[in-house]
Amino acid sequence: MYEFDYHHPDSVAAAIALRAGAADGSYLAGGMTLLPTLKQRLASPSDLIDLAGVTGLTGIEVTADRVTIGAMTRHAEVAASEQIKGSIPALAFLASQIGDTQVRNRGTLGGSVANSDPSADYPAAVIGLGATLQTDHRTIAAEDYFQDLFQTALEEGELIRSIAFPIPRRAAYRKFPNPASRYAVVGVFVAQFAAGVRVGVTGAGPCAFRPAEFEAALNQRLDPAALDDVVIDHDRFNSDMHASAEYRGNLLRVMARRAVADLLAQPA
Amino acid sequence: MKVSLTVNERPVEADLPANTLLSDLIRGHLGLTGTHVGCDTSQCGACTVHLNGRAVKSCTILAAQAQGAAVTTIEGIGAPGNLHPMQAAFQDAHGLQCGFCTPGMIMAAIDLVQNAGPLDETKVREGLEGNLCRCTGYHNIVKAVLSAAERL
Amino acid sequence: MSDTGIGKSVKRREDIRFITGQGRYTDDITQPDQTMAVFLRSPHPRARIVSIDASAALEIPGVVGVYTGKDLSADKIGDIPCGWLVKSADGTDMLVASRPPLAVEWVNFVGETYGIVVAETLAAARAGAEAVVTEFEDLKAVATLADALGGPQIHANVPDNLCFHWELGDGAQTDAAFAAAAHVTTLELTNNRLIPNAMEPRAAVGIYDRSTEEFTLYTTSQNPHLERLILSAFVNLAPEHKLRVISPDVGGGFGSKIFVYPEETAVAWAAKQVGRPVKWTADRSEAFLSDAHGRDHITTAELAMDKDGVFLGFRVRTRANLGAYLSTFASSVPTYLYGTLLAGQYRTPAIHVAVDGVYTNTAPVDAYRGAGRPEATYVIERIVETAARELGVDPAELRRRNFIRPDQFPYQTPVALIYDTGDYEASLDKALKLVDYAGFPERRKASEARGKKRGIGLSCYIEACGLAPSQLAIQLGAGVGLYESGEVRVNPTASVTVFTGSHSHGQGHETTFAQIVSDRLGIPFENVEIVHGDTGRVEFGLGTYGSRSVAVGGSALMKATDKIIVKGKRIAAHMLDAKPEDVDFEEGIFAVRATNRKLTFGEVAFAAYVPANFPEDLEPGLSEKSFYDPKNFTFPAGTHIAEVEIDPETGVVTVAKFVAVDDFGEVINPMIVEGQVHGGIAQGIGQALLEHGVYDGMGQLVTGSFMDYCMPRADDLPNFIVDTTVTACTHNPLGVKGCGEAGAIGSPPAIINAVTDALGIRDIAMPASPERVWRAAQGL
Repeated sequence: MYEFDYHHPDSVAAAIALRAGAADGSYLAGGMTLLPTLKQRLASPSDLIDLAGVTGLTGIEVTADRVTIGAMTRHAEVAASEQIKGSIPALAFLASQIGDTQVRNRGTLGGSVANSDPSADYPAAVIGLGATLQTDHRTIAAEDYFQDLFQTALEEGELIRSIAFPIPRRAAYRKFPNPASRYAVVGVFVAQFAAGVRVGVTGAGPCAFRPAEFEAALNQRLDPAALDDVVIDHDRFNSDMHASAEYRGNLLRVMARRAVADLLAQPA
Repeated sequence: MKVSLTVNERPVEADLPANTLLSDLIRGHLGLTGTHVGCDTSQCGACTVHLNGRAVKSCTILAAQAQGAAVTTIEGIGAPGNLHPMQAAFQDAHGLQCGFCTPGMIMAAIDLVQNAGPLDETKVREGLEGNLCRCTGYHNIVKAVLSAAERL
Repeated sequence: MSDTGIGKSVKRREDIRFITGQGRYTDDITQPDQTMAVFLRSPHPRARIVSIDASAALEIPGVVGVYTGKDLSADKIGDIPCGWLVKSADGTDMLVASRPPLAVEWVNFVGETYGIVVAETLAAARAGAEAVVTEFEDLKAVATLADALGGPQIHANVPDNLCFHWELGDGAQTDAAFAAAAHVTTLELTNNRLIPNAMEPRAAVGIYDRSTEEFTLYTTSQNPHLERLILSAFVNLAPEHKLRVISPDVGGGFGSKIFVYPEETAVAWAAKQVGRPVKWTADRSEAFLSDAHGRDHITTAELAMDKDGVFLGFRVRTRANLGAYLSTFASSVPTYLYGTLLAGQYRTPAIHVAVDGVYTNTAPVDAYRGAGRPEATYVIERIVETAARELGVDPAELRRRNFIRPDQFPYQTPVALIYDTGDYEASLDKALKLVDYAGFPERRKASEARGKKRGIGLSCYIEACGLAPSQLAIQLGAGVGLYESGEVRVNPTASVTVFTGSHSHGQGHETTFAQIVSDRLGIPFENVEIVHGDTGRVEFGLGTYGSRSVAVGGSALMKATDKIIVKGKRIAAHMLDAKPEDVDFEEGIFAVRATNRKLTFGEVAFAAYVPANFPEDLEPGLSEKSFYDPKNFTFPAGTHIAEVEIDPETGVVTVAKFVAVDDFGEVINPMIVEGQVHGGIAQGIGQALLEHGVYDGMGQLVTGSFMDYCMPRADDLPNFIVDTTVTACTHNPLGVKGCGEAGAIGSPPAIINAVTDALGIRDIAMPASPERVWRAAQGL
């Protein structure tokens, strides 16, 4: 790691001020992506602003229609939360599938979503549930948030405080992990709301997205077989040594079908 | 920068460069070389320690992030003649060969037994996803963890 | 028999330090006034070094020195040699590419070392390395095996990048067998490149003592004496008596730590230059780039049979990737450790193999768990399975028809080896029973009902362990002998310190060897201490590789222990006023036959060091050593059976069952042996389903971290069903054969046979990754 100055603010305002005052500052949430990047000397921020001590960024709050999770809430807490299991069990399940135990004990919701790794799990739920991101100075709808590879709507220095997930009737998440890294090659989050079905996909493209054709098909008929004949255009899908774009296209359909089956197995 | 924490219940105060990793503090400054570093991408889990009772990869945490925390390393859970049940189970089941992954494996396994609820073979295998072993094929590690789970 | 004797599953004594964090690995060793080293590594697969400017690096606070290949050459540091000279079929020597520890003018693979930066701290060394300005002239590289012949010439002295064209067997006789064949099965196979990834990365601490002019090198070596020999005799680092190599606890090797590498060489040399200890520990990224890789063959195999499926001839053409340079034993792996094994367990009368060893611009390729024998087994067991399918014969039955029968031993194969003993049908039968072969069709039906495809695959492997004898190996080009040394030193109070030239990096020698010696001497297991891994304490040794430790090292200890007993009898005879030939030794007691006169081992040991009135021809002391040179290899063999279930929608292969029945001869510690088998199977399943070292077309390593190189994890593997059969080795005193590599040798073809069976296809490349399997399942 290159040298940097480390800061440990206790308020959002202080964190933002430190970030604004730094030549090339970076927030540090769980550090599960940032620290490996720094160790490989692939980045050299002048300042790290650790958010762990900032008040108001953690916690889980469940109301009648939404689950709001503080940005610094660790994956393990989400996975284990009885409140979330009782309201959006698929979200707790998704959190339980991220990385490994040690990563889940450190990694945070906000860090994952802010980084917007194309193969991270949370973005599938953020977009699949139509979540709203509360930042230090505004709210951002999930659809507007994910823009491209590692690109989000966050402005320089903008900080996610929490994410509010609408509670669906039923939802399910299926992931095909990269056999080496265990990141999602493809992850599909399917949610059934009164207003219809939403599908959030991670891993397949440069950032999380909603496959409109899938949603249309499932809104016609909520059944795995409804996806059988949907044409998947995989031309712009990611391709690497573990999975070609064509294979990702297949996994997208298979994971979606399985997620729908999981969803249908839950009481309506 | 100054960092204070406890390591194996012993208070530690150190003045370190900000980019010091917790694993560097443990191995280099405190000489607790039972915690190993086997990769640089946070995959192998050899560096696993407990931070406030939960398994974490000490190579992917700044020492500064452990300010005020209670850290437990392999040296802190048991010693020859006074083994932790998980340590004993690893020896009894021949759950180690070269020993390099073992400290991290044991620390991860203790977290698993304490926090993962009832265990079976599948759950143990999934629960050890964050730890690589190249020697044992995991067969006897799984056996050790299941046996320790009964003892704990 | 005591519960710590030979044949008992004694808990490992070394575990206590490992499970409590008290192990002492090379990176745990810290010297006063120590400096840290970082290597300059080529970012190019092939380039000429135009210039290196270290001036900015030397300005960085904390940087102590920057040294390049020129500095080492100026100090007459020699090339890193290859220890086995292979001759081409035309009688010419293989073409050896010069490999200086730090490249001087040419770099030939990504990660090749061309300089070392020494600094007060690791951070300063890293900063220093980044500040060195190197100008390269980038050249077109040979990235893959397929591109080697006819690609750009990598080394000036190696036309066509062909290091050797080696042949074994009778070509004319083999051709005649094919001419008479009723059926010929042909298969093109790739043996995928692997990266060993012992969990402990390589490391070294070099120390130079100006007052004594002695070097001490702590390093992660499977064979410290060989390291010392090569560094002295070839690299010119220091005379052997001025160089001590210590290999403390080593976190796994699997072959990759047999070899002499540039890094430890440069670290030791630099310690003298800076006058302070120098330490280097590889990070995993460096390990991926610079540890010797394994396998990487492409092969065409043809099996000729008569109308009943009896094997008549076997013809094998292989191209083996050697990497950019010849690592320490690189040349022996695809030749003497491969071609000689191509008879397998079968009576095939005519075999001919030709191997082209080629250079590429990739990391050197050398022995990795099994070394040549997994490649041979893969070729044999894939083609036998394929032949059975083509003939419509049950694969187990076809094998039975061709097995060497128990009454045919010793059996001379057409590829040079003489198998001493075995019973191949016994292990096949046991494995078939354990896997419930008869019940497979039912299980397949059940899988199909769930939308899955199920397959079963056999592999009846043989391997050759404990490379031997020295005389033959040296005739065939080996640069070292293949014996092992052992010393048994009885202390005056009757505790025993045992010195072995074998080295444990996970195998459990401290337990197994103590079982052997304590059992033989009839003394408590606790009273026997095993010392290994230090050239300053152990006289000589050839280390641990090729599953040789117990067969060769253990046998040396048996012989040394027997000498102790002979000497003990002489002492006891003197003390009891009897003739030595009248003294019996059993369970730790020296007794004069047919009398009640006896002495304990302790009494004799004490007397040996307090020799009241010993006669002139009886020396005091009780310490003996032996150099054991085996007469032959040992030949472990067995049957592995894999049963897999495939999800055709995703291509995921689940290993539903894995059975291994091995004949390792006699077994010292069954628990440890089983553990060795488990680990070997895991690596074999890794090769078959998960692991692949991949260079892109330009010569950059794509799988440079655990993010892309897929290591087997706990949830990738099943519990293994392992068992043994026993035919005792006929030519070593323990009757043992060796067990370290069998798992990695037998399992890959079993898995691929099962996968191809499930999919109803002829072949699939390893690793049978989800996408490959999905494509095959979909007929894409």
